Amino acid sequence: MNSEAYPYLDGNAAAGELNRIFAIDITAAQGQCAHCRATRHFAEAHLYVNCPGIVARCPSCGHVLLRLVNAGDRLFLDLQGMTYLALAPSEFRDSGG
Amino acid sequence: MRWRTARVVGTHDETPAARTLTLAVREWAGHVAGQHVDVRLTAPDGYSAVRSYSIASAPNPDRVEITVERLPNGEVSTYLTQQVVVGEELELRGPIGGWFVWRSDQTEPIQLLAGGSGIVPLMSMIRSRALANSTAPFRLLYSVREPGSIFYREELEALSTKYPSVIVNYAYTRAVPKDWPRPPGRVDRDLITSVTWPASLGALCYVCGPTGFVESVADMLSRAGNRRETIKTERFGATGEPK
Repeated sequence: MNSEAYPYLDGNAAAGELNRIFAIDITAAQGQCAHCRATRHFAEAHLYVNCPGIVARCPSCGHVLLRLVNAGDRLFLDLQGMTYLALAPSEFRDSGG
Repeated sequence: MRWRTARVVGTHDETPAARTLTLAVREWAGHVAGQHVDVRLTAPDGYSAVRSYSIASAPNPDRVEITVERLPNGEVSTYLTQQVVVGEELELRGPIGGWFVWRSDQTEPIQLLAGGSGIVPLMSMIRSRALANSTAPFRLLYSVREPGSIFYREELEALSTKYPSVIVNYAYTRAVPKDWPRPPGRVDRDLITSVTWPASLGALCYVCGPTGFVESVADMLSRAGNRRETIKTERFGATGEPK
């Protein structure tokens, strides 16, 4: 993936869309990449929005962590690129809701 | 998180291309400095567009201020900077984001680095610091094209005069003020070395701006010895409108 050709944002830019689904802000959580096992805050993921939906990639190895696609009548959420999310209460306090 | 109605109660031009909107939001629970909101505009034919904007103001129970920069062909930003008037209502969702935030109980030194309209969430942090009477040492390096493109110029000057531990430095990329010692140019390693906290201080760095600015500044901070975990970034999209 060439980041010059496909400019990306940070995972924190996905907070609004993900708040439609999750009760808390998962961008402040740490997630482990299922490919390289790097553990980083979801907010640090590389977020691609110029596509039908959003794709978050691991900032360490580039593999897909999360895909969220709106297919009209249904929303598809693919989380197979993350083995887990670790949430500390201090990381999502006051995150709005 | 539901959409709320936000009424425009004030507008203020920061530059010829950027306007601050003060919004009154019913049952607004306040926010944390650095968070953003989504704004939705819906046309009479049902077409709607959503954009994200960082909150510029310090936490306030009834009010939210956003500063919007007009972008070429930006349908939402053109409306918000040129057409919207006091009394109009918008739809707003937020506050959003729990990571690129500064909380007033943080006491460590803070280094803020803004590229253009990336100043907005960082200004919220500076205003929150003042509101909370925090003593955390703050430094801001604010990169702009030219003197006329600075947002919040007078307030930044007043705050840095009132609080000696809030230090503001500018970098000009296209045109500099008269007698400015540095020729126009992007933020480089020399500037990072001379006007940001030394890495040995262990400051927490917040970098916000266009992707190119964030990439190069975060890389220079890292090379200067700042640990990766102490550098938080927020990139604006290729269009300049964070989405």
